Amino acid sequence: MTSVTAEPRTEEVLAPRPASPRPRRAGWRTFRYAVLILSLLVVLIPVYVLFVTSFKGMGDATPARTWFFPRTWTLENWVEAWTALSPALLRTFAMVIPAAVISSLLGSMNGFVLSRWRFPHANLVFTLILFGMFIPYQAVMIPLVQLMIDLGVPNGIPSLILLHVVYGIPICTLIFRNYYETVPMELIESARVDGAGLLRTYFSVVLPISIPSFVVVLLWQFTSAWNDFLFAIFFSSASNGPVTMALNNLANGAMLSNYGVSMAGALIASLPTLLVYILLGRYFVGGLMAGSVKG
Amino acid sequence: MKRRTTTRRSSLLVALVATGSLVLSACGGGGDGGSTDGEGGTAAAGGGDASEVQVMTWWAQGSEKAGLEALVEVFNEQHPDTEFVNAALAGGAGSQAKQKLQADLQAGNPPDSFQAHAGAELQDYIDAGQIEDVSALYDEFGLTDVFPDTLMERLTNDGKIYSIPSNIHRSNVVWVNPAVLEEVGIDPSTPPADLDAWMADMQKVADAGKTPVSLGMDWTQTQLLENVLLAELGAEGYNGLWNGDTDWAGGEVNSALTKFGKIVEWSNEDRDGLDWEPALQKVMAGDAAYNVMGDWAVAAYDAQEMTAPDDYAYWPVPGTDGVFNFLADSFTMPVGAAHPGGTKAWLDTISSAEGQLAFNKVKGSIPARTDIEASEFPAYQQSAMEDFSSDTIVSSLAHGAAAPVAVLTAVNQAVVKFSQGASDVDTLQSELVSATEPLAG
Amino acid sequence: MSTKLKSWGPGLLLISPSLVLMAVFVYGFIGISFQQSMTDSHTAGQATGRAPVSFVGLANYWALLQTPAFQHSLRNLLVFTVVFLLGTLVIGFCWAWVMDRPIRGEGIFRSVYLFPMAVSFVASGVVWKWLLNANQGESASGLNRLFQMLGLDFLQNSWWADATWGILAIALPAIWQLSGYVMALFLAGFRGIPEELREAARVDGATEMQLYRHVIFPQLSPVALSALVIIGHMSLKSFDLIMSIANQSSYSTKVPAIDMYNYATVYDYANSAAVGIILLVLVALAVVPYLWYDARTRKEGR
Repeated sequence: MTSVTAEPRTEEVLAPRPASPRPRRAGWRTFRYAVLILSLLVVLIPVYVLFVTSFKGMGDATPARTWFFPRTWTLENWVEAWTALSPALLRTFAMVIPAAVISSLLGSMNGFVLSRWRFPHANLVFTLILFGMFIPYQAVMIPLVQLMIDLGVPNGIPSLILLHVVYGIPICTLIFRNYYETVPMELIESARVDGAGLLRTYFSVVLPISIPSFVVVLLWQFTSAWNDFLFAIFFSSASNGPVTMALNNLANGAMLSNYGVSMAGALIASLPTLLVYILLGRYFVGGLMAGSVKG
Repeated sequence: MKRRTTTRRSSLLVALVATGSLVLSACGGGGDGGSTDGEGGTAAAGGGDASEVQVMTWWAQGSEKAGLEALVEVFNEQHPDTEFVNAALAGGAGSQAKQKLQADLQAGNPPDSFQAHAGAELQDYIDAGQIEDVSALYDEFGLTDVFPDTLMERLTNDGKIYSIPSNIHRSNVVWVNPAVLEEVGIDPSTPPADLDAWMADMQKVADAGKTPVSLGMDWTQTQLLENVLLAELGAEGYNGLWNGDTDWAGGEVNSALTKFGKIVEWSNEDRDGLDWEPALQKVMAGDAAYNVMGDWAVAAYDAQEMTAPDDYAYWPVPGTDGVFNFLADSFTMPVGAAHPGGTKAWLDTISSAEGQLAFNKVKGSIPARTDIEASEFPAYQQSAMEDFSSDTIVSSLAHGAAAPVAVLTAVNQAVVKFSQGASDVDTLQSELVSATEPLAG
Repeated sequence: MSTKLKSWGPGLLLISPSLVLMAVFVYGFIGISFQQSMTDSHTAGQATGRAPVSFVGLANYWALLQTPAFQHSLRNLLVFTVVFLLGTLVIGFCWAWVMDRPIRGEGIFRSVYLFPMAVSFVASGVVWKWLLNANQGESASGLNRLFQMLGLDFLQNSWWADATWGILAIALPAIWQLSGYVMALFLAGFRGIPEELREAARVDGATEMQLYRHVIFPQLSPVALSALVIIGHMSLKSFDLIMSIANQSSYSTKVPAIDMYNYATVYDYANSAAVGIILLVLVALAVVPYLWYDARTRKEGR
């Protein structure tokens, strides 16, 4: 299995195997728990810091008290961070939703054609599209900057929607193609025999069964566009860009080093993607497993 | 090697910019500053839409924001028909604002006016044909006589002036925590006579286990460096660094760099992650004894209701007494601004005595005009105004007054490399030599 | 011929918008970038088309590769990539391994290990910047303070500000964010191995060690390869984390992606494009063979 070609059926694959008939030594089990719990604690250290610091008042933030609970829990940092970030949060939604919808529609059409309505050299074309997923965007950035200027696409959200749609095509195509490969050929053949053309087959047969993949792709696009910083820094600023820009400005700006506000801001900026992960984790993992790439 | 235009899109760009430069040449073509009307009646002389003015600054928080608000109040009185649109952007000593600005200017979508440090920093905008020559406005507003000659000199580029200053800052100031010094037996009220005496004091602080100097990210380190250079080379030698009279590869520079290195060693280790305010905060909180920062620091003290001489002391960087390391905020008229009439109104207000008084009182800087009574200002500014009129004026590197952005960026990179321990004094010196090479050409 | 065209023509038509976009935005722009990297466009005037630009061939590349500063970026990138890869692969594998057999609470462990992947590098950078504060002794905070409290003072260090090994401090959060992802890949790999295969080996009298060495590990090598390529190419493009923990001016954490940004901000478009192309070549070295191999197995598979 390579993750590029095969989208594992995540839910099944990650499901625990039935218990082995052979009983294992107790020492081994203790060891496994020790590893898992220790790792758990280490992974959660940053979360603890984020959480605790975000509720600390100014005087509480001295080096000596960094690892302790706040003396008094205050919401000030949260209020300040919310005031600073909420316009950017709205803009990010306005950017991410259209970007995710358009690119997954395009990806679905591409995936269908490349897996079930092939044309000569479809395989080569697919590989060429896939390469677009891996390129460092630095290699196209300077022409992009100039293109946006020449086309007059306004700096900020409009530019970013366009970019997320275009550079989202490869991953969306990949996930849908792999999904459609698993759709029984007979379904499509029978539609073809009925005389249905490409579009009718796509809309009446393929689209309705694509819902699970759409969820995966939409979530994936949502998350990666939400978390993007590279395009944001080249094509927007803190005042008209997405929340990553606003957060970076809040945390690294010329303000007195009030870590509490930055930490609250980081939590606020991560909330939507974290919610997606917690509520729809299964699908989110599906996106990850499809060989998806962030950044 | 044959010449060719880069790309198809660039040629499109050329066409776009060419229309812009037509406007420019129309103004410039009127004859060496003598154009008072006629063709000057385009953007530069300020005809056109005055319904609003969109102004981009990095005065988005604290005292800077308050200063801008005071200025806008005056503007609304002086130009009630023009609506002020605030496009202020916070962050990183203006780096966020500059990025956005770069994009907007290139896109041919400039604000009606933007803040920039007067001097060499404007060079890129001038080369790119993005800002207008505003010399004509100096005559119209009668500014030539109220700005000091030393300032006019620094504003003039090939006989043209591209911006109008609103205020003046000083970069060679040390901010001192008196309590920390007293603890180690140093009298905070008398500044050390020279750099060496100051470093001896730092040694004492270090011996007592305290941080002598607090430093922040790249440009704050460059600002320290420029003041060490100033202290070691004197005003004339320092000025020579920018016009080729002083050899960057020379022994004097080398000894200054050695001292700079020593001071950096004494500073806080987390410097590279800090902007200027958190760095200064270390002095305010008593974690460090000294911080070298421009005089906008006074506003940070005001904000925390700390007052001199009890809570803090300040003096010129030892060895630079009698020299005023200068930078000025100024405003421009971008090529292709949507509301040139508004721009003109804005430039009128920021250069007026009333506007400069209202703004600088709050911001902690001093007015560029010489015809404003010092007694109107708080104590620090009074002393700064006195110094500005009597001291030798030199230009700050860290704030774009002395050298273009590309040179400053290269210097910043060399300095950070050094302060992080990746190069020694000699390497730093050779990197500074190559960083400043473009100045000779 | 015409019936053939009739059968696949509409399909091609349907995806042609995407194909055109890819052709322009990926391949076209790589071409333009490459062309710009071979000019002397280093100034604002040239970037905006007001000053003439000449063709200089590969001169920018030679100059870049000879500057110690850029060599330092490349060396940082190498160190970072090696540690990032090793870290995520080892940790991800170990987690998957101990989780392979049923264990109570697996869902919780898995979710916690994976969640950092859902957070942006910018947001995690905020907290890691705090954790990786360089101050030591009295003014220490972050991890250095934690070490003091645990009596591990000798572990204190200046993290990302260290000129030689500072880049490793950036690898730490990167590993934190992506180990869970590698774990998920490996876990899927483990569970893709049919139980019969294991049983058969056991029946043959293989010890657990032998079972792993001869049956399970070989089955996992494609997963390891995927993880290697995916993490590897992410590592080469690393930018967000460095920008939000250190900043673009820090020498110790400089990598090509940062250089590219720095050149762009001073209108040095030629060098900026050149660094971009160098990055592309590095990524292509890792990815193209992989895609090639992938395309071939796909062909054989049908």
